[in-house]
This record gives sequence, structure tokens and C-alpha cells, in this order.
Amino acid sequence: MAEEMRIVLRNYGKVDPLNIDSYTQVGGYQALAKAKSMSQPDLIEEVKKSGLRGRGGAGFNTGMKWGFSYGVKADQKYVICNADEGEPGTYKDRIIMENDPQSVLEGMAICGYAIGANKGYIYCRGEYPYVVEILNKAIAQASEKGLLGDFNIEVRMGAGAYVCGEESALIESIEGHRGEPRFKPPFPPVIGLWGKPTIVNNVETFANIPAIVDKGADWYKGIGAAGYPGTKVMTLTGDIVNRTVIEVPTNTTIRQVLNDFGGGIAGGKKFKAVQIGGTSGGFIPESLLDTPIDFDSMSAIGATLGSGAFFVMDETRDIVDVIDRISKFFAHESCGKCTPCREGTQRMHEMLHRVKNGGAVAGDLDFMERLGSVMSKACLCGLGQAAPAPVLTTLKHFRNDYTAKFN
Amino acid sequence: MADYREIISAYKEVPGGIIEAYHAVQKEYSYIPEDAVVYAAQVFDMPKAKAYGVATFYSYLQVGPRGKNVIRICESAPCHIAGADKVVAALEKELGIKMGETTPDGKFTLEFAECVGQCQATPVITINSQPYGDVTADKVAAILAEYK
Repeated sequence: MAEEMRIVLRNYGKVDPLNIDSYTQVGGYQALAKAKSMSQPDLIEEVKKSGLRGRGGAGFNTGMKWGFSYGVKADQKYVICNADEGEPGTYKDRIIMENDPQSVLEGMAICGYAIGANKGYIYCRGEYPYVVEILNKAIAQASEKGLLGDFNIEVRMGAGAYVCGEESALIESIEGHRGEPRFKPPFPPVIGLWGKPTIVNNVETFANIPAIVDKGADWYKGIGAAGYPGTKVMTLTGDIVNRTVIEVPTNTTIRQVLNDFGGGIAGGKKFKAVQIGGTSGGFIPESLLDTPIDFDSMSAIGATLGSGAFFVMDETRDIVDVIDRISKFFAHESCGKCTPCREGTQRMHEMLHRVKNGGAVAGDLDFMERLGSVMSKACLCGLGQAAPAPVLTTLKHFRNDYTAKFN
Repeated sequence: MADYREIISAYKEVPGGIIEAYHAVQKEYSYIPEDAVVYAAQVFDMPKAKAYGVATFYSYLQVGPRGKNVIRICESAPCHIAGADKVVAALEKELGIKMGETTPDGKFTLEFAECVGQCQATPVITINSQPYGDVTADKVAAILAEYK
């Protein structure tokens, strides 16, 4: 039986999110003090050495990212916490912020010191106004006690655009524009918010930082999978007994998550598929369930770890109906800036709708595969590149579900 | 009700503050009046087209009138398989309007939404951003009664 390991959620249920004293009583803000006793390059090297990779989905080495911003001379730099979690099936960042907001603030302040930034933003999704209140109270308490030093944090509210989870679109939104991704390079660590070096990290990434600084890189990199160390917070949804949130080492397998923590399929039914990483993730069949959840193992089977959402479907689910729904999501959320995504998501949805309603013609499935392949290469940002993944992985693993719809 | 001019002007000095200003207006009015977009363009010194472009890009923002209480039904995949369509049917029946419409008395508007981040309790609806989980057709009348 696999066991939970709580690093990100280390204070879950142990601190009062609205009382900063309960956070300092469990050692809160000691990591920031320790970080400030180190030189900036030593601190960045420690984070790099820990092997921590971004928990928002892209999996880039966090310390390396910080190093890019540290290396740029600028009169102003920024730290942004990406709290725009919009991947359907995902609510891990909400759980972290609702239960332990100070860990996130401390992680941001450590990053601020490391790169030389005195201003931070938390971009929190508009669907979480109650989380924004918690964050603002937490910031006020930390500032009042002088715990953040000269580091200043402001909360900005997203407004229901999924694409703003993409870091350059998020930056555009903070600047008060439509949230359309920028052409890259240059990347945000060099030219970001208002043209200044900017680190954008996910909520879960920041919540890891105080623990890493406190206990050291060697401790952290010994946990979980070697290439993607640490833990991952996962949210279990769909046809599973326990619809819950867990945190496990990254060498835990998909099957362990489903059975040991999820309690298996609800209603005594059989497993059909699990989509991991949010609505842009790949669909995984029974035969691949012994894959560890870490970033690289998931990539190797053509899937993603992404946000860590587990969307479970039992044997009675109509895969084509679910994919049709997902394709509508992407057609709605495409920002329209680049043609492959703007047009591709619409056409994909049209074709899927046709298949679902029994109106598909010979060659439609091949067209879908070809369109998906073009989108995954030609779209400007991660939204369009990942949008075809559910279609492509189900065409690979559940093709019979599609052909069964043919008249 | 506070004047939208006052609300928007308060954000004049906030860098990139137009979206925050729109949120504040919407909190007061439940939507963004068309004239408020024109006014925001002046305050933030941008073309009207741009102010309108920002306001209409984001699905959480609504330009033009809608009901006092905004009911949003998540139709993302986890809610979809949990029976969101039955909740939609129950809401439409209870209020006598279709999705996207507002009741004649101006009290309720029904909107579709994508994931609202409460997937531990699918299907989910929100009323004025307050989430309600594990909603079934049977529970709809009781939930709405709180707002009538």
C-alpha cells in the first residue's frame, strides 16, 4: 500500500490560514531568514540542485529558471505566482492557498530575494474570490509583522480565461490587456511583466520552496523519481470512490493512486480510462496503469502529468461523448491569436460532433489525426499544442469506441 | 448603487488596473454597463475598441445587462459525466428560462461555465461565485429559494 507524503501540504490542517502566528509557530518564515543568510547564487544553486521542476505542467527546472532572471541586470524585476488554475478537474492550488497561504508567500519572497525582485503578484483565477480574500488577509498579516521585508505582494484577479494559465498570457492580463500569449523568445525570465525580468511559478512550486530551503536540496532530490523529484499534489475526480486530494512521491504509479488512494472505481464497475493532468492531458488505458506519475515516465507513454488531475471514467462511459465535450472546451478557450489553434479547435470540435452523432464519413478519423498532429507542432502556445492530446490518445487507445459510432 | 465612474476612477493609478476596475464594477452591478466601458477607455487612456476588447475577452466579465443573481453551471468534462445536463434541465424548468437567458423580473441569469475548481463535488454550480457541489435536480429548488 502506497503512502502519502506531505511536503506541499505539510501544514494542512495544522495551521490557521487566517492567523500568521500559527504559521510562525510551526517554523514559518525561518526558511526565508535562512535563504537571506545565503548568497543569491548559492540559494539559486541549492534550488537547482534539489531538482524541483515547475508544478504547473511544463516541468522546467525551477532553480535554472530563477538563474535566468538573476543573470539579467535590471532596475526592476518581478515574481509572479500563477494561481490561475483552470484545468478542469484541478483544484490543488485552491487547497494549498485556502489552507496554508503563508507558505506560498514565503516561497515567493525567497524567489524575490534570489533574483533581486521586490515586487510580487499573485494572479488568482476569478472563480476564487473567496481565495483572494484569504490571500489579501495573509499578505496584510505578513506585511504588518515585517516578515516579508521589502518584498511587496499584490493579488490580481483573473477573469475566466483558461489561456491565462500560460505565463506570457498571464503577464499580458496583469498589464490590463487581453490575455493573448506572446511570441517567444524572449522568455519572461528575461523580458516579462512591463518588459522586466519576471519569474512566473505555480502555487505548488512556491509552496515547495520553504521546505527545500529548510531541509536542503539533498533531502528533496532523494524523494520520488530521480528525474522529477519530490511529491505531487493530485486531485481525483470522476468515477472513483474517493473524490479527494492527495500528495504522493513522484515514483508512485497511476494504479496505486487509483486503488490505494482513490479506493477504486465507484459503484463496483470496471475501469475504462483515466485522463491525467487536466482536460489537455492524454487518456490512459488499463495496460499502462503501472506507469509512475513523474513527468518523464508520463511523457514516455505519450501522456502528461500536467496539473496532477486524475479524471477517472468507468466502463459505461462514452469516450467519444467525453472527447466531444473536451473539444468544445478548447474551441471556447482558444484565444484566437494564432490560426492553427483558432481554426483547428473549431474544426476538431465539428468533426468530433459529427462522429458522436453518427454522421462521420470515411477518412474523418485520419483527418482528425492529421489536424491534431499539425496543431501540436504549429500552435503558438501550450493551449493549442496540447488541445489535440485527448483526441490523439483516444484514437490510439480507444479507436473502437470511435468506429462503433459509424453507421 | 455606487456610480461606475467613481468605481473605475479609483483604479486610475493602478498599473494595468482596467481588469480590476471591471471586476469592481461587476461586483456592484452584476455586469458591466456599456457606458462604463467607454468611461474606462477614458480613464485608462486607451481607444474604446481596446477597452471593449479587454472586457469581452474574459468570460467572467459580462458587458451589458444581466440578472441580479448569476447562476453558472460547469459543463467541463468531470461535471459533464456527473450529470450536469440534468441540473441544467432542472434549473431551466424551475426558472422558466433557457440557458443564457434572464428571468423577466431580472432576478436570475443562467450561464454555462467551464471548470470552477470544485471538482471534489461534481456536478457544480455557482451563484454569484458561491459554489454548490453535488447538485442534483432534486436540490435545485431548495438552493434557489435562498435567493428568491
